[in-house]
Amino acid sequence: MATYLEFIQQNEERDGVRFSWNVWPSSRLEATRMVVPLACLLTPLRERPDLPPVQYEPVLCSRPTCKAVLNPLCQVDYRAKLWACNFCFQRNQFPPAYAGISEVNQPAELMPQFSTIEYIVQRGPQTPLIFLYVVDTCLEEEDLQALKESLQMSLSLLPADALVGLITFGRMIQVHELSCEGISKSYVFRGTKDLTAKQIQDMLGLSRPAVPIQQGRPLQAPEQPVISSRFLQPVHKIDMNLTDLLGELQRDPWPVTQGKRPLRSTGVALSIAVGLLEGTFPNTGARIMLFTGGPPTQGPGMVVGDELKTPIRSWHDIEKDNARFMKKATKHYETLANRTATNGHCIDIYACALDQTGLLEMKCCANLTGGHMVMGDSFNTSLFKQTFQRVFNKGLNGEFRMAFGANLEVKTSRELKIAGAIGPCVSLNVKGPCVSENELGIGGTSQWKICGLDPCTTLAIYFEVVNQHNAPIPQGGRGAVQFVTQYQHSSTQKRIRVTTIARNWADAQSQLQHIEAAFDQEAAAVLMARLGVYRAESEEGPDVLRWLDRQLIRLCQKFGQYNKDDPNSFRLSESFSLYPQFMFHLRRSPFLQVFNNSPDESSYYRHHFARQDLTQSLIMIQPILYAYSFHGPPEPVLLDSSSILPDRILLMDTFFQIVIYLGETIAQWQKAGYQDMPEYENFKHLLQAPLDDAQEILQTRFPMPRYVHTEHGGSQARFLLSKVNPSQTHNNLYAWGQVSNGRATCIWEYCKMYIQIIVCIVAVLFYLIVFGLRLGAGCICPALLI
Amino acid sequence: MSVNQHTHAGPPYGQPQPGYQGYQQPAYGGQPLPGVPHTQYGAYNGPMPGYQQPVPPQGSVRALPTSGAPPPASGTSLPSGHQGYSQFGQGDVQNGIPTSTAPMQRPPASQPFLPGSAPAPVSQPSTFQQYGPPPSSVQQLSNHMAGMTIGSTSISAPPPAGLGYGPPTSVPPVSGSFSATGSGLYTPYTASQGPPPPSVPQGLPLAQPPFSGQSVPTQRLPTEVPGFAPPPSSTGIGPSSYPPSTGPHPGPPMSGLHGPPPPTHPPQPGYQMQQNGSFGQVRGPQPNYGGAYPGTPNYGSQPGPPPKRLDPDSIPSPIQVIEDDRSNRGSEPFVTGVRGQVPPLVTTNFLVKDQGNASPRYIRCTSYNIPCTSDMAKQSQVPLAAVIKPLATLPPEEALPYLVDHGESGPVRCNRCKAYMCPFMQFIEGGRRFQCCFCSCVTEVPAHYFQHLDHTGKRVDFYDRPELSLGSYEFLATVDYCKNNKFPSPPAFIFMIDVSYNAVKSGLVRLICEELKSILDYLPREGNMEESAIRVGFVTYNKVLHFYNVKSSLAQPQMMVVSDVADMFVPLLDGFLVNVNESRTVIASLLDQIPEMFADTRETETVFGPVIQAGLEALKAAECAGKLFIFHTSLPIAEAPGKLKNRDDKKLINTDKEKTLFQPQTSFYSNLAKDCVAQGCCVDLFLFPNQYLDVATLGVVTYQTGGSIYKYAYFQLETDQDRFLNDLRRDVQKEVGFDAVMRVRTSTGIRATDFFGAFYMSNTTDVEMAGLDCDKTITVEFKHDDKLSEDSGALLQCALLYTSCAGQRRLRIHNLSLNCCTQLADLYRNCETDTLINYLAKYAYRGVLSSPVKAVRDSLINQCAQILACYRKNCASPSSAGQLILPECMKLLPVYLNCVLKSDVLQPGPEVTTDDRAYIRQLVTSMDVAETNVFFYPRLLPLTKADVDSDSLPAAIRNSEERLSKGDIYLLENGLNIFVWVGVNVQQGLIQNLFGVSSFSQISNTLSTLPVLENPFSKKVRSIIDMLHLQRSRYMKLIIVKQEDKLEMLFKHFLVEDKSLTGGASYVDFLCHMHKEIRQLLS
Repeated sequence: MATYLEFIQQNEERDGVRFSWNVWPSSRLEATRMVVPLACLLTPLRERPDLPPVQYEPVLCSRPTCKAVLNPLCQVDYRAKLWACNFCFQRNQFPPAYAGISEVNQPAELMPQFSTIEYIVQRGPQTPLIFLYVVDTCLEEEDLQALKESLQMSLSLLPADALVGLITFGRMIQVHELSCEGISKSYVFRGTKDLTAKQIQDMLGLSRPAVPIQQGRPLQAPEQPVISSRFLQPVHKIDMNLTDLLGELQRDPWPVTQGKRPLRSTGVALSIAVGLLEGTFPNTGARIMLFTGGPPTQGPGMVVGDELKTPIRSWHDIEKDNARFMKKATKHYETLANRTATNGHCIDIYACALDQTGLLEMKCCANLTGGHMVMGDSFNTSLFKQTFQRVFNKGLNGEFRMAFGANLEVKTSRELKIAGAIGPCVSLNVKGPCVSENELGIGGTSQWKICGLDPCTTLAIYFEVVNQHNAPIPQGGRGAVQFVTQYQHSSTQKRIRVTTIARNWADAQSQLQHIEAAFDQEAAAVLMARLGVYRAESEEGPDVLRWLDRQLIRLCQKFGQYNKDDPNSFRLSESFSLYPQFMFHLRRSPFLQVFNNSPDESSYYRHHFARQDLTQSLIMIQPILYAYSFHGPPEPVLLDSSSILPDRILLMDTFFQIVIYLGETIAQWQKAGYQDMPEYENFKHLLQAPLDDAQEILQTRFPMPRYVHTEHGGSQARFLLSKVNPSQTHNNLYAWGQVSNGRATCIWEYCKMYIQIIVCIVAVLFYLIVFGLRLGAGCICPALLI
Repeated sequence: MSVNQHTHAGPPYGQPQPGYQGYQQPAYGGQPLPGVPHTQYGAYNGPMPGYQQPVPPQGSVRALPTSGAPPPASGTSLPSGHQGYSQFGQGDVQNGIPTSTAPMQRPPASQPFLPGSAPAPVSQPSTFQQYGPPPSSVQQLSNHMAGMTIGSTSISAPPPAGLGYGPPTSVPPVSGSFSATGSGLYTPYTASQGPPPPSVPQGLPLAQPPFSGQSVPTQRLPTEVPGFAPPPSSTGIGPSSYPPSTGPHPGPPMSGLHGPPPPTHPPQPGYQMQQNGSFGQVRGPQPNYGGAYPGTPNYGSQPGPPPKRLDPDSIPSPIQVIEDDRSNRGSEPFVTGVRGQVPPLVTTNFLVKDQGNASPRYIRCTSYNIPCTSDMAKQSQVPLAAVIKPLATLPPEEALPYLVDHGESGPVRCNRCKAYMCPFMQFIEGGRRFQCCFCSCVTEVPAHYFQHLDHTGKRVDFYDRPELSLGSYEFLATVDYCKNNKFPSPPAFIFMIDVSYNAVKSGLVRLICEELKSILDYLPREGNMEESAIRVGFVTYNKVLHFYNVKSSLAQPQMMVVSDVADMFVPLLDGFLVNVNESRTVIASLLDQIPEMFADTRETETVFGPVIQAGLEALKAAECAGKLFIFHTSLPIAEAPGKLKNRDDKKLINTDKEKTLFQPQTSFYSNLAKDCVAQGCCVDLFLFPNQYLDVATLGVVTYQTGGSIYKYAYFQLETDQDRFLNDLRRDVQKEVGFDAVMRVRTSTGIRATDFFGAFYMSNTTDVEMAGLDCDKTITVEFKHDDKLSEDSGALLQCALLYTSCAGQRRLRIHNLSLNCCTQLADLYRNCETDTLINYLAKYAYRGVLSSPVKAVRDSLINQCAQILACYRKNCASPSSAGQLILPECMKLLPVYLNCVLKSDVLQPGPEVTTDDRAYIRQLVTSMDVAETNVFFYPRLLPLTKADVDSDSLPAAIRNSEERLSKGDIYLLENGLNIFVWVGVNVQQGLIQNLFGVSSFSQISNTLSTLPVLENPFSKKVRSIIDMLHLQRSRYMKLIIVKQEDKLEMLFKHFLVEDKSLTGGASYVDFLCHMHKEIRQLLS
């Protein structure tokens, strides 16, 4: 299926879209039987250095309920200067500016290679980007110092005209006024009291027009443009001030008695940050960047009390319903996140502490607004420093890799409806004819808001085929989907990116092999994983696993070939061959397994999983393992304990960690110092190779992975050992493991575990036959079983 | 001093009498009789204007020497008491004396003590002085030291008195007679009286004339003379007939006092009686004086005219009384070794030697002789109260209370009542145990405190231990006496400045900031510490609060705005309260910037409750006590806790609802005050209102935390700057104790029942004050709950637990022993009118919170009428009902009471604002006796009569317009204001000298200070004003009043002997009224 692979790749590169199915089953029933839903991974702002934006407004379909953008799939009557909308079939006049078009003189949006096109439009005043630092001062001295330095450094990375603000918090919250000479001013709030947006604005003096109470007089009296400028000032004007201010930041001065946690008012601090932006710059691109070094311990949003003897909630507590503050805190942050999203701002969370910091409760702030979530051990680590620096990285065009306030609208042709989306977005609750009643992810709408996004941000969008079985689509018919993303570019321009794609319909009964061949198992794996992770947020872990298993079984059932009662006869076509393996690793992944992860870690992993693009997501699901040895060039090897050999160096990339593992012999050689002997220069090179490769990964990854360099028997080797399939040491952990046992014969030579899985599946199938009713007869029709 | 005025006898008010017809008042005119104790002496002497110099001689009181000695004493005269005294000097004077007699005389009683207690003999210093010379009082004093009561040797010889009195010589004899008489007791008096002979029994006729003698202050006009007296006297005879006499008895002594007058005493008891009654004296004097006194002439005439009007000169004159006391008692130290001595008047400048009782600077009582039973107390209606100023400032010559450290176990205390070790504790069983003088419980002496007793039963280390030999001393408190069982941190001062539009515009903010820069170097510090331990913090506010971080490590101050006024908190901990020296540059930079920052403010609304809360929270966070200095300009109408509305309504005046004007409009501040007290957060309030700002409500916290309010209405930089800055400086610098709790313990029989002043009480016994400074006074009222005994007297112990300005926890103890009496006359003879007025004013001012003002005034009048009527009935010799007889010690009661009744609080004029009344009400409540004295009866000094070459003040004159001459310049001060009144006919030269302008019409009445001119007169006047400022706790506002100018109305308001525009009675009218009341009660 080389052609399909190419096709998929091409599409991804051009449009940033990967569909689970690239040929669509033409009826609802058929689609349902495909098990993996028709869905796509959309990277709305995928970097397209080759795509010059056009400087005019898009042409819209005139039907009020449609408003699709003119695209290459539309039929155009050049003579009548009419075009027909390919979604609603409305015929539209071209606007006057298009009077000169003809077959040879087409506007860009009609050219097939511009299935994705970007418009720059003039709408409203351009406001500079806004960065509001919300800084925890309850840190250790070193941590705070490091953080201060990072923040000071960041000022030089910001766009010169960006507005910047500073809020610090500990027991109290201080909103710093940045325009003062001679005295530094701040507004202080107590951390125990939740304030409404109105109160906050009143107290900050934002609600009264033109009462510069404490404004310095002479300078800006006439053109105090916005009152809030007291708190948000252009970087170029106040960077000296702010640098000094940051330099003078002190640790929270309130005494912390022994056995207590410092009182940290993260909840109110965030609330104030949100309120401040809400009152001053609604609907403009703004980042609230929260730097916190511990859990919120007071006020709304508190996650744990200040008594050290009471530990912060664990999964165990949560299962036992023993996490006192969790629900309330979560609610608080959810409210905040929703407000922030409504205003088009985003919240980043940089949490650096050895213990948990309450990411579980706060996750929605980042998740719903498209902000970053970074977790580290300390602000004084390169992990944090580089990650933070990378936030301000510039892309290929020299532009910041960030965009704000995106509004993603999806339009579908009639046979399709939109079931939902999963990603760092919130619903805008726009109902319409193309919105399905069945929801997958965040559904019930055809538009979502993504407050902060970068070129990697990827949404999973799920569709439902609604065409009835008895209304066949004519041969060669194509379904179309249009993604319209309006956003604020980092240059503060308003832009609209439009991607229109089309896929062929196929009748699943007669043309199943086409559909099968057009299956994108990687996309499907990620899409299913997102669904699973999304479910895991609200459901019990085992239920999700069972659901995943069932889906896999059904898929195998549908597309596998086998003889009844003969596990060895089971085979899947190439386009499905990797899928089970992904599922196997997904089950073991921290996204679904909470064992050995704190709730914060789980939230952190899930956060990243829900926004990364396909490649990164796959790495997360199934870490990559490279082997370096004298036996040949570096090669990818099975993520299996059998890959760990004494004379190999392994490099594992799990997205969150990069582990370099020296095999036993290699480690001994290294200890013996061979690498320093000229005659063993090749050994030196061998040692160096994985380091270089790791470096390359580190360069591009956001957030910075934890970098682990270890060797056989090293304590850190656990990072590797916990990921590999333990085929050689003991049986896997599943309840039905005894059946599989690793002794099954290989079906496909390259993947032992895969076999196990399949065998498992087969075993499960048997199991289901016997106990089918117990698992819910509705799921699988016994008649279809082997 | 009792004035007995009986005017014409029976027909007091003349009306009845034909002759007088017109005079209703005349009656008063009668000469008052003084009959009183020392003071009187003083008075007498002094009294006579004329006498002044000459006089002195007369009165000598001689107290008898203490015990035994007396006899001789009496008889003998010692030569110049002076010398003698001087020698004894400290020691004292003593009058020992019969108990019953004047306090001074109490000695006898004391004697016994003496030995035991250490008190040295008491001396009646004052008396002596004046008397000294002349009469030579006698007495002697015991030296404290040895406890030896030594010689009571000296006795004064009346003779000297003779000088002036010579004529009346009778005196000597008198004295002699006394002595002879035997009763040593009286004798003493005799001495005093000795001089004047006169017994003028019937005073009436005489009296009148006499009074003419206004001079008389003296008054002793005993109305009646009755010879009875004698008998009853000491004994206090029962017979009703005598009763009077008895009364008099005591009285007599009193009268005796009247030194000036003739020695009533002399006549032994008999005389005494007279004295009481007696005008006689008056007469006596008069004649004599006649010539001397200018007044006299009048008399003559007056009598004639008497009719119509009671001659103001003939009624008791405060000026005279003050002068007399000053001259009689001002020159000798007042030694406190004797129980129940009446101290000199507050207006007298005297030194105090602590020999076992607290100095009158700390405690003054309404009476130093307490009735033994509650029946008597009720009958007399004389309130028993003590005015306590625990941290009073002492003149440099007097030693501060010693600090005693009893080690880790803390001060030695009675096991049962917890009274602290004091001179009155009785050690028994060889010193192993001591018996409490308050509750009689016997307590083991802790081992470390044990000491052997000498043969007199006194501890051997008696003189080494202040707590055994002194009336006032301090204990170092142990950790048990500290909050949370932790030693306190040094206190903090927080300056909270209103920066709303008004404050900024008037220049106030800039002024305060400038001043703070320098004032911070003068924070109070303890003893010899190099720098003050007090930390400072700064807050500004309008609708929101701005806190400042002035930590020394900062390059520039940080301002933190707290707008959440609904729920106040302190935004910072470290750096808010700082040491001045460490953060000097940051503070200076802050104070420079504050006026700049707010220069353009347009915010007019302010908050107030949150401001106090903020300060409170700051102190809480810092875990220390402290003081807030709040500079506030307007009614807090911004939305916040403690928000107020303008509820000023003049229509309520004189209605039943008037009291609401004095009540806080919300309970918020009372609750806040409670919290403040708990934390030791004292609030000082500086108000700069341009309109009503509800002092009654804003002041609640200040009041209950022991703070001070300063009010500068319509503040203007030019005119009010000095006053404000001086007040601020003094307020910042003055000694203050924090987080104070005061308890007054009394010996069995009486109990402290009521407290007046600026404090908070959470139970019925403990007075809690967040801050207590050296000017704050607490008045305590006592009631009987059992019988007292004459032998043991009554004891007070006032214990104040506080944190010093260095953060040291201490206990200050004041002990005072009082006599007890079974005779009402003793009570009346040992009263102090000034203290009484202090109590009555505070009582009345509290009353306005709950009763209509009219009811309060009526009850005041009624109570005083009862006091006087009781005296008349039980102590004065029988006389015609028409005669007004005032006890010598209380002869000024009517005039002072009238002043209280006319004060702005009880009888506001139309120009007096509600805020003014509330302000004064609160002010008076913390005043001490000296302050109330001058506040109610302002001091009026004729500047043009001042002796340019001496340091002394010109003699004061009475507060009446009649006494002003158009050709003179006068100065009037009442503790709050100084008026300089310029008559229209003043010589141009004087005007030029004083004001630097050439004519009367060019004098600007907006001056707030006198121009500095290099001429003797200007210098003198300015030095007088400076001197006055030094004496008062507040810097007085200087107002120049030109005669016949519109401001003169204001000035006249303070001429309290005149009828006031608002309906207040003139002194004369009021006296008549009182007389009427008394007569009603008697009949």
